[in-house]
Amino acid sequence: MELAISIITGLMILGAIYAIHAKDLLSAVIACGIVGYGLVICFLLLKAPDLAIVQIVVDTITLIIMVAVVLNSSREEEYSGMDSQGTINAVLGLIITIVLFYFFYNAILNLDIFGKGALRMAKAYIEGAAEKTGSANLVTGVVFDFRGYDTLGEATVLVTAVLGVIAILRLKGKK
Amino acid sequence: MTVIVKKTTQIVAGMIFLYGAYVVIHGHLTPGGGFAGGVIMAGAFILVTLAFGSDFLNLKKEEAGSTATENISILMVILLSVIGLFIGAKIFFLNFLPKGTVGELVSAGVLPLYNIFVGIEVTSSIFIIFLALVIYKEEEST
Repeated sequence: MELAISIITGLMILGAIYAIHAKDLLSAVIACGIVGYGLVICFLLLKAPDLAIVQIVVDTITLIIMVAVVLNSSREEEYSGMDSQGTINAVLGLIITIVLFYFFYNAILNLDIFGKGALRMAKAYIEGAAEKTGSANLVTGVVFDFRGYDTLGEATVLVTAVLGVIAILRLKGKK
Repeated sequence: MTVIVKKTTQIVAGMIFLYGAYVVIHGHLTPGGGFAGGVIMAGAFILVTLAFGSDFLNLKKEEAGSTATENISILMVILLSVIGLFIGAKIFFLNFLPKGTVGELVSAGVLPLYNIFVGIEVTSSIFIIFLALVIYKEEEST
């Protein structure tokens, strides 16, 4: 399973790199879809159907909206050659990547084996959650009962985001 | 859009909406829940809008209705969580209804109600974002 996830993650990285370098914006948007749908397969392999459903639906709707936006604007992306500022940025990015890789590698050595062991909090959630919340689906029990504050925050953030979209995109009354 | 797209949309859109409603209502039994089902229901609305289009005034009216629905449903979620402050153990987000048998459709106290209201809220939010992108472009051209 880890091999399959590694292959899919590699494909996702390739798709993301292609999306940056694509000349046509429409193919860049569709290459972004590779990342989203690869993530769906990763979630299914890790036995997380709730996340997979949310991811596949949100990714499809986002793709539709992005295609509609791209078709209404100019499709060609302007690209200029790399100047001295670009070279400095590339070198800095490479250094930061190496430093982060070193620290993450040292941190991973101290973690549990992948998929083994559970935190004390996770055990408390899992044991007897069906009796405590009355919900057969553990994820809903955690999301709306144990972590209700978190979900209320997410729902409020969504409402605020929609209000922001309406306020920014409106034309009437904007000077 | 062509006749083929319109006819297929007529047949399929209702089923997509029903599937989204199923995912929302069975959120405490099967995978899914308010967020996933809400986005599926919004997909049905977006499909109808894309296939049939609509005149500008009609979409404007629909946007106003969706905004009201969204705000009312988020208020209902907050109201449900505040009711717990006044009943029984007096805790915010208290599950104050009887829990029933695990695995039945009517069980788990207030969790299905939270699922339904969050589902309605997510549906109208996604649909408003889509409508905003359509409406304000047409407003510019007129």
